[in-house]
Amino acid sequence: MMFGLSLAAASLVIFVMIELVPGDPAAFMLGINAAPDTLAALRAELGLDANPAVRYVRWVSGMLIGDFGVSYTYQVPVAELVSARLVVSLPLAVMALLLSILIAIPAGMFAAARRGQAADVGIMGVTQLGIAIPNFWFAMLLVMVFAIHLRWVSAGGFPGWEAGVIEGVKALLLPAVALAVQQASILARVVRSALLDTLTQDYIRTARARGLSRRQVLVRHAFRNAMIPVLTILGLQFSFLIAGAVIIENVFFLPGLGRLVFQGITQRDLIVVESVVMLLVFAVIMVNFMVDIAYAIIDPRLRRR
Amino acid sequence: MSRIRHMPRALLVGLAVTTVVLAVALMSLVWTPHAVTGVDIAARLQPPSTTYLLGTDHFGRDLLSMLMVGARTSMAVAILAVGLGMLVGVPLGLSAAAMHGGWLDDLVMRGNDLVFAFPVLVIAILITAVFGPSAVNAILAIGIFNIPVFARVTRGAALAIWTQDYIRAARVCGKGRARISMEHVLPNISSLLIVQGTIQFGLGILVEAGLSYVGLGAQPPLPSWGRMLADSQTMISFAPQLAIFPGLAIVITVLALNLAGDGLRDFLDPRIRRAR
Repeated sequence: MMFGLSLAAASLVIFVMIELVPGDPAAFMLGINAAPDTLAALRAELGLDANPAVRYVRWVSGMLIGDFGVSYTYQVPVAELVSARLVVSLPLAVMALLLSILIAIPAGMFAAARRGQAADVGIMGVTQLGIAIPNFWFAMLLVMVFAIHLRWVSAGGFPGWEAGVIEGVKALLLPAVALAVQQASILARVVRSALLDTLTQDYIRTARARGLSRRQVLVRHAFRNAMIPVLTILGLQFSFLIAGAVIIENVFFLPGLGRLVFQGITQRDLIVVESVVMLLVFAVIMVNFMVDIAYAIIDPRLRRR
Repeated sequence: MSRIRHMPRALLVGLAVTTVVLAVALMSLVWTPHAVTGVDIAARLQPPSTTYLLGTDHFGRDLLSMLMVGARTSMAVAILAVGLGMLVGVPLGLSAAAMHGGWLDDLVMRGNDLVFAFPVLVIAILITAVFGPSAVNAILAIGIFNIPVFARVTRGAALAIWTQDYIRAARVCGKGRARISMEHVLPNISSLLIVQGTIQFGLGILVEAGLSYVGLGAQPPLPSWGRMLADSQTMISFAPQLAIFPGLAIVITVLALNLAGDGLRDFLDPRIRRAR
């Protein structure tokens, strides 16, 4: 219920914003010397002559059946454009997310287990740095070292999945690492503090008294209970991951959604901007919805609510 | 003075570095080693030297001077964005807490959720699509993103204050909700807001850099750290210093602000200090 309401509200905000954009897309497409009747015909063809309420309903009901309209500049369905770009952006985001989880959870657990010791201080110092580094700058440093200096990977571009999964993953590896650093740093800190919180609980002492080793207690009892704040942060960080991916695509010249939306802005291809923005917001709302569901799976106490 | 001596080291270092960056940004208003608007092709892409401490860019502009003016852009955008977030978010949070459980509370929280669903970059994209790119749009975008952050923090902290006995005493004295919010709740949550403000300040610097990197922030000829990095990208193989120094400037500033924020939290909230 809330899910649908959020989507409806978000779509309305996006639609109204795009409505405010000065300039007529039809006039922009035809140039300044267009004859008035040509202009009127094109406006009718694009559906721009209807009143805003009708166009909003058309836009939303179109999206519900997968029809995002036709790009003003490319003259192809937006859905086609978006899905061609999504096969780059989505794997990038997923790779970055997986990498950051794979780094953050062991690092956070290790730091929590060695609280106050050199390893803890060291890991926390590195995460401070990781949070302060702009991911696009880190990406540029990676390019300097691994593409220009060592020549292990190409400095950018995407060969397409037709070139093979390995080639594709290789092209997305540096961008994913650059994206993951900040996420992993934030997550590692959350894992650590959530674990330290749960480690002071009575049931941990009970488990230790039952003869479980520190490691067993950490993995079996503390970790599961620490998952709730970790999940919350994962959900909240997702919108930063999306924003980061859009920026990182520019560093590596990846043909993803980010570049599509920036082209859309410069070419006044508003229907593309509108649809990509809606898709990104949908992804954020969706992820937070899934996080809510995951709470219930992890913590049975939350199921009844 | 004794308070300063008891400050955590991270806080001192963070505050000191932040002050230096702020001072440099302000100094750039009256003095930079070289002019940042002049083009001097003869002096292009110089390595660091005594004349040009950090070298020059592809237009022969002094990198150090550019960084100083860039500090001004970053700082101004981030500070104004935090200000905007606080100016709107704090009153929203205060009134939501004062009307806890009422329609206003619901409205504020739902509105928060809605804004949260928009990544800051998406807000910037939408604003840019309407008004065109500028530093003001970056301030607006980051500021709008900050509103729900402050509203939520304020509401959460204010709700805890509203359960206190002295609030009940104030109510018995006949003070209204608005007056209690201003006279009792706000002062008691101000340290928390300062901490959050510092953290959002650092985040604002990062986001501003990202926005100007993709061309949604400050526009030429106004130097900004993010755009300096974007410009340097094509020259990365033969002039890496152009990419390294602006990045370092961002990292140092954000790191200092984050250290200051963490330190302030420990310093201003004795309960957390004991727990560590």
